[in-house]
Amino acid sequence: MGLSPLPPPGAATHESISPNWITTRLDFLANWGRANSLWPMPFGTACCAIEFMATAASRFDIARFGMERMSFSPRQADVLICAGRLPFKLAPVIRRIWDQMPQPKWAISMGACASTGGIFDNYAMVQGIDTIIPVDVYVPGCPPRPEGLLYGIMLLQKKIMGETMVDPSLRVEQLVGPDGLFRRPADIDEISEPFGNSVHQTRSA
Amino acid sequence: MSGASADPGLHTAADTAVALRARFPEAVVRSHTVCGQVVVYVTNAGAHAVLEWLRDDVSQQFNYLTDITCVEYRDPERELEVVYQLRSLDRKVDLRVKIPLNPDGPLEVRSVLDLWRGADWLEREAWDMFGVKFRGHPDLRRILMWEGYAEGFPLRKSFPLRGHWSRAEQTRQALEANPEAYYSLEELSIAEAYHELPLDVRERLAKAGKVLP
Repeated sequence: MGLSPLPPPGAATHESISPNWITTRLDFLANWGRANSLWPMPFGTACCAIEFMATAASRFDIARFGMERMSFSPRQADVLICAGRLPFKLAPVIRRIWDQMPQPKWAISMGACASTGGIFDNYAMVQGIDTIIPVDVYVPGCPPRPEGLLYGIMLLQKKIMGETMVDPSLRVEQLVGPDGLFRRPADIDEISEPFGNSVHQTRSA
Repeated sequence: MSGASADPGLHTAADTAVALRARFPEAVVRSHTVCGQVVVYVTNAGAHAVLEWLRDDVSQQFNYLTDITCVEYRDPERELEVVYQLRSLDRKVDLRVKIPLNPDGPLEVRSVLDLWRGADWLEREAWDMFGVKFRGHPDLRRILMWEGYAEGFPLRKSFPLRGHWSRAEQTRQALEANPEAYYSLEELSIAEAYHELPLDVRERLAKAGKVLP
């Protein structure tokens, strides 16, 4: 695939701090706190949001993961959960919300449409929100069951537990570049290529 | 119309088609019944008069505009149609009025916003998706696609399913779109724009207890 994130990680700073007993203990403490009090910013645009609401409700209860506090303001949110398809009209909106969220922040792409465009391989739909914002965990499904989302959340917690302060590139804001794009154009085109049944639909037809 | 009787509910949509042919012989092109739905084809020039008569005449009373949409057929020889789906709430009768247009020619019809207020967003959607201009519409701008969307009119047959441009270009244009620049006054700030708001909006706000000095 050859996808490279923007901007490149700050290798020089990474070399200057070496992990030691203090940093690893501090890492554990900070990561433990972060992973167990993720405040989600629900970006529900479609049927995945119904499953997301079911996940938040009593039967599945994401409060068990420290997520009961829905953060409807991006400024207090830790994890953006895009539940549902993202039309191009909403692309600047989710980008703005992502930019407004303070570090540290993560993103979960919930469902087939948010991750790949799903069945909506058409003029109006973003083919994967990772062309707009960086994504940490992709939850497959159409829509995913609450167990699926919970598993995605647990994967994210696992990922957070592996983070370290000696890698400052983790907290670098991945902004839209001067060309107005978050990724390289060739990467976006590659990600958005048709797949499955949609290969039979050509651009000219 | 002469057929107005004491009980207007007795008139069916087929009677309306007959009455239309008699009253507007030049405007009504043809009419037929599809799946129990009476469809009347009218010329572009005479459409507004026909629709006005359908709304106002005592024997018709089509006081509810259900939908405005367009149809373009895959067969390039067939005409593009602007469809008005009318309903008379009192008589419980539906009628479909179509204006055939040349898909290669200028797509322009007269707005019916003066007849039905509900035509506002319906006409904006037809413009957004098909590029049909509604002459006399005071605020004809895109409604589903974002404003500034320059790729074309998505539901036209000449429009590819994935659009004309590459995904990267589409993404770039979408990210460049500044939705806040197109907020309505209500969305921006009720307080600042209060005195510029239309009277009915101000009355609505007053009912909700939001009256500004």
